[in-house]
Amino acid sequence: MNARIALLLALALPLAARADFTGKAIKIGVLNDQSGLYADLAGQGSVTAAKMAAEEMGGKIGDANIEVIFADHQNKPDVGSTIARQWIDVDGVDVIVDVPTSSVALAVAQVVKDKNKVFLASGPATSDLTGKACSPNTVHWTYDTYALAHTTGTAEVQSGGDTWFFLTADYAFGQALERDTTAVVTAAGGKVLGGVKHPLNTTDFSSFLLQAQSSKAKVIGLANAGGDTINSIKAASEFGIVKGGQRLAGLLVFITDVHALGLQTAQGLILSESFYWDRDDKTRAWSKKFGARMGGRMPSMVQAGVYAAVLHYLKAVKALKSDADGKAVVDQMKKLGTDDPAFGKGTIRADGRKMHPMYLYEVKAPSESKGPWDYYKLKKEVAANEAFRPLDKGECPLVAASAK
Amino acid sequence: MLAVPLQALFGQLLIGLINGSFYALLSLGLAIIFGLLNVINFCHGALYMLGAFVAWGLLEKTGIGYWPALLIAPLVVGLLGVVIERTLLRRISGLDPLYGLLLTFGIALILQGVFSNWFGSSGMPYEMPSQLRGGQALGFMFLPNYRVWVIGVSLIICVGTWAITEGTRLGSWLRAATENASLVSAFGINVPRMITITYALGVALAAFAGVLAAPIYRVSPLMGADLIIVVFAVVVIGGMGSIIGSIVTGFTLGVLEGLTKVFYPEASNTVIFVVMAIVLLVRPAGLFGKQA
Repeated sequence: MNARIALLLALALPLAARADFTGKAIKIGVLNDQSGLYADLAGQGSVTAAKMAAEEMGGKIGDANIEVIFADHQNKPDVGSTIARQWIDVDGVDVIVDVPTSSVALAVAQVVKDKNKVFLASGPATSDLTGKACSPNTVHWTYDTYALAHTTGTAEVQSGGDTWFFLTADYAFGQALERDTTAVVTAAGGKVLGGVKHPLNTTDFSSFLLQAQSSKAKVIGLANAGGDTINSIKAASEFGIVKGGQRLAGLLVFITDVHALGLQTAQGLILSESFYWDRDDKTRAWSKKFGARMGGRMPSMVQAGVYAAVLHYLKAVKALKSDADGKAVVDQMKKLGTDDPAFGKGTIRADGRKMHPMYLYEVKAPSESKGPWDYYKLKKEVAANEAFRPLDKGECPLVAASAK
Repeated sequence: MLAVPLQALFGQLLIGLINGSFYALLSLGLAIIFGLLNVINFCHGALYMLGAFVAWGLLEKTGIGYWPALLIAPLVVGLLGVVIERTLLRRISGLDPLYGLLLTFGIALILQGVFSNWFGSSGMPYEMPSQLRGGQALGFMFLPNYRVWVIGVSLIICVGTWAITEGTRLGSWLRAATENASLVSAFGINVPRMITITYALGVALAAFAGVLAAPIYRVSPLMGADLIIVVFAVVVIGGMGSIIGSIVTGFTLGVLEGLTKVFYPEASNTVIFVVMAIVLLVRPAGLFGKQA
């Protein structure tokens, strides 16, 4: 009897696959760092953000339920791609979301492309995801190294910071960020005087900062992230770097980092983000809902990106009435204009780049802040086509194909 | 490479010495514990983290500042050490040291997991006490007052601990019990109680280092995990269980690491382990260890 049921089920499975919604459900897999240095800026907050998008669509499209699951990739590419494969092959996941850490994201993008599913990248920084490594199945939502370099780098050079010294995390992400920023600085007439490549997860930066100090560069560019950025800024404040007349440029600083540093230490820091909870009425309203579910924490731009990307994905699936063909869904996403409370109206380009403005912020002094999470004041809004890399400069094969 | 100016070199040496004082404080506790309990205390880093969090909690919840925390945090963590020793470590005494390592490793994972869950991974800010803010312009570098304090107080603690173990009756019991516990208890000395006190003292040192670290590094659940492997390397190089060895090695390796950061920064995380490999090849018992 059991054997007969199993046989019937086995027959039914491929039938289900041919139905509109694979597995009778739209399954969203949030894959990110749940326990390590990026757990605060992505982690459970991204899972909550994805759930909020699902609920906004009524929890269901047609008769297919929207399900959200998550896993920890531990910032390791092999772990990430194994989970991605298992999710798609065994668990029927239709779309993989978030994936901070550029090296993991590049691995996952390849898996998703091979299996023709959808990858909504919010956490990773590398601009290669829409450049050399672009894919018809990837949408890169929140930010990238090019946009960070252009927003922060250009602003610093324009305000007189024409000599630079880099503190760079010694791996793919840090090197890409240093490369992109160097290009911006030299193009704007500035000069790079030197730099230090430090190992990932360095505790003490005082030695590197002394080297930066003796270089006499006007700007010290921090091409690192998370805990490394926090520790560099703390040491810089302790060793009187800013008081001595040098400026710090945080090339990738999240609001969770500023929260961990405290305003006393972080004040005056220039940084760029594509989302800040206190930007307008819509972002405030959405962030309040998010905060109510996250113990009062405000969303990072990565978490907001997860929400907006999932929402747009679901709209595209709804319009198509199918989630089976990943490439078709992404094409539909590119066709539809985006509109959400976190990023406003925008578009997705042929190379998979989501286009929205970037914002240059300065961290407030403790006296200017009205309470917890009131951290930024807006310096400048940079239009999407100025902030992100021009479509024809990324060497993405999809662009040439779509031009024909 | 050789163009590094002499003045900059002085600065780097000084900074190396400061980092070395953290290594020395932590490896000192590890050495004492290993000497008497024969336990490789893997939760040392987690208890260092706990020390920093106690200081943070005191300031945040009750307004108790840095100076009292410097006493209270080691006390709290020391008491926790008593509980860990009495309820857990005692049960596995006499077994292979591997069991102690696994048990304390488990405790470390639990502590880190719980704190990550409560506080997130990026950590909390902790303000420097106002008396120690600012610094001295030395000409070749700007030396923050707080770092001077760190290096001074850790030197005092290290030398003090060494003097106690070498020069007092309690210290002589301790050293004797390390050599032969059953003989010492035959002389009427309460060895189990001494073991408890030693463990509590060792972890209290870790908590003390945690409070010292709170204003300069971030108070984060992973702060101990980042440091503990280096500290273990220091203990191995110095010679397991050798108190003077761990102090001298701690400071020396801090300086060596500082120099690496000038000449070849990419290797600054690895240089200590290269030294460890060489020392183990040449002197398997460590620089100050007794050759078997």
